Amino acid sequence: MTAETASAGAAPSLANVSQDATRVPGEPKSRSWLVRALVLVIAVAWTVPTAGLLISSLRPEVDVSGTGWWTIFAHPFELTQFTVANYERVLTAEGLFGAFINSLIVTIPATVIPITLAAFAAYGFAWTRFRGRSFLFAIVVGLLVVPLQMSLVPLLRLYGNYDLVGTFVGVWLAHTGFGLPLAIYLLYNYISQLPKDIFESAYIDGATPFTAFTRLVLPLSFPAIASFAIFQFLWVWNDLLVSLVFLGTNPDVAVLTARVSQLVGSRGAAWHLLTAGAFVSMVVPLIVFLALQRFFVRGLLAGSVKG
Amino acid sequence: MAGALEPQAQVNSGSGWLILRDLVLAAVVVILIWLGLGILRSETMLSGLGPFVGKLVQALVALAVGVVGIWALFIVVNSLVEYLPARATNAIRPFVFVLPAIAVVSLYLVFPAVGTIIQSFTEVPEGEGLLYNYAQAFSDPKLLLALRNNAIWLVLAPAGALLIGLTFAGLVDRIKREALAKIFIFLPLCISGAGAAVIWRFVYEWRPPGRPQIGILNAIVTLFGGDPIPWLQEIPTNTLALVVVMIWLQAGFAMVILSAAIKGVPTELVEAARIDGAGEFQTFVRVVLPSIRGSMITVFTTIAIAVLKVFDIVYVTTNGNFDTDVIANRMFNEMFRFRNFGFATALAVILFLAVVPIMVVNVRNLRQQGIGV
Repeated sequence: MTAETASAGAAPSLANVSQDATRVPGEPKSRSWLVRALVLVIAVAWTVPTAGLLISSLRPEVDVSGTGWWTIFAHPFELTQFTVANYERVLTAEGLFGAFINSLIVTIPATVIPITLAAFAAYGFAWTRFRGRSFLFAIVVGLLVVPLQMSLVPLLRLYGNYDLVGTFVGVWLAHTGFGLPLAIYLLYNYISQLPKDIFESAYIDGATPFTAFTRLVLPLSFPAIASFAIFQFLWVWNDLLVSLVFLGTNPDVAVLTARVSQLVGSRGAAWHLLTAGAFVSMVVPLIVFLALQRFFVRGLLAGSVKG
Repeated sequence: MAGALEPQAQVNSGSGWLILRDLVLAAVVVILIWLGLGILRSETMLSGLGPFVGKLVQALVALAVGVVGIWALFIVVNSLVEYLPARATNAIRPFVFVLPAIAVVSLYLVFPAVGTIIQSFTEVPEGEGLLYNYAQAFSDPKLLLALRNNAIWLVLAPAGALLIGLTFAGLVDRIKREALAKIFIFLPLCISGAGAAVIWRFVYEWRPPGRPQIGILNAIVTLFGGDPIPWLQEIPTNTLALVVVMIWLQAGFAMVILSAAIKGVPTELVEAARIDGAGEFQTFVRVVLPSIRGSMITVFTTIAIAVLKVFDIVYVTTNGNFDTDVIANRMFNEMFRFRNFGFATALAVILFLAVVPIMVVNVRNLRQQGIGV
């Protein structure tokens, strides 16, 4: 059981997660070709689908539909076989540039607003005492169980009554509501572990709970906030269900995932466009992910139950 | 639970002017937030700016309302609370922190979920009983098929992701460039279900025999002399083909959690096993695996929950055609294609009931590991 607590115990504090190789202690780094070959095989198998997409998106239409993308490796350095025409076409004629902007507009507020609300709430649950605290917190945690499908029909009707269907406000609020339980839970796990002494000395120095929150809790919780921010950003950007339900496919507001899924329906055989379109929808998550991997890993280890 | 501390009572040598000032500030903040929401709601106000600028302004207003507005509201309400007698201040202030979040969560999850449960019984055709939607659901062969498919997904996807993740985590632990190798398995984790669906539709692309195959899987099949297989149309291969997409997406998650767990296995345990003469593989199976059991349960249950709710992969690849439907996709179609809301709510409840037991196992397991809730 010690191993469990070692690995999992680190999770709620969101700390001490080392990504670096410290292999099973006592084992020499194996030189076995079998191990390396297996690692290579899995890594290649996992990369080939995405590589095929990226390469095809850069090939002219006739080539994509005529020959397999792997044929470029016969003469990989012949740059004339590549083109960015597919990207020009999907971004302009197929309207993915607009969808890209819409995705940004949906994702940024839908990431920042829940964090703001959750940080206040997590602090309230962790460091203030009030009637019904355990009860309310139990509800928040319990909501982690509820699939967001449970909310769709009543919310859709409510939105219909207030003309919120197809508006950014509606989808920001929906993502905020669906993201809050996990946000509060993750931030609570972190904030409640902060040492008690710092609050005691702050109060002796005349701090109010509010100044303790702004001056102490927020700066100290940065790692947890960053983890959740990346989590929520990727979740919202990649979401299809919530945006289809509340935002729809009207080009004025439709996000990338919705437009790409429409493209599959309307141009299911135009692989030069589909591959480019899919890659446009993936480029921001890939950048965020590669740049901020450490925080993302922490978030994963801390809990990954989501609506 | 962290212990609560009582801050020292603040003495507001209360001049009436200060109270008045803060009250006015509070009113201003509320009015500004109201105006901001009004701007966000109104289409006419922003349409004059052109579509692009209009949207940008809207997003900026949203950020202003959502962040600055919330902060300002917290600040003014907090300062107003401090004018109350000390005891009242300490009693009310916590609610200033938690109530906004509780309100949003209630509006978006608690009330709608209750509404869904009620509507699943009450939204039935005239003269039908309360269980009509459920009776319809369980006598609809297509829905039973969707439930069967969910069951197949539920068994194969978590198991597959766990197996690959565990194998990779165990292997990669003993090579150089571990971090680099991990990225390749990890990368699909940031790809959307819709994106993954396009990627794999391309992998599975089928052309009639004799024509050049542009999908890599059928290219391999024909290379070995086989006939190309319509992976996404042929039953039951197609459901398995979709499960593979899920495994591809989730194996990285399994690997990260299990890799961290493997590194947490105490040195002494492993060394003791080696001294007793166990080989590398035996040590892994007999010592490492039992010690990471809890993490394996976490991985399995977490992926299982994601699998039950899977929507986008199916929606974008086959939209449930050719016997590949799953419950979340069916629910979406009931809502939007058929406007059959009563039936959709019953499907949501069925989904919910399927998720709960897995979640119970998950939470109980986390508790055993010391991640108390």
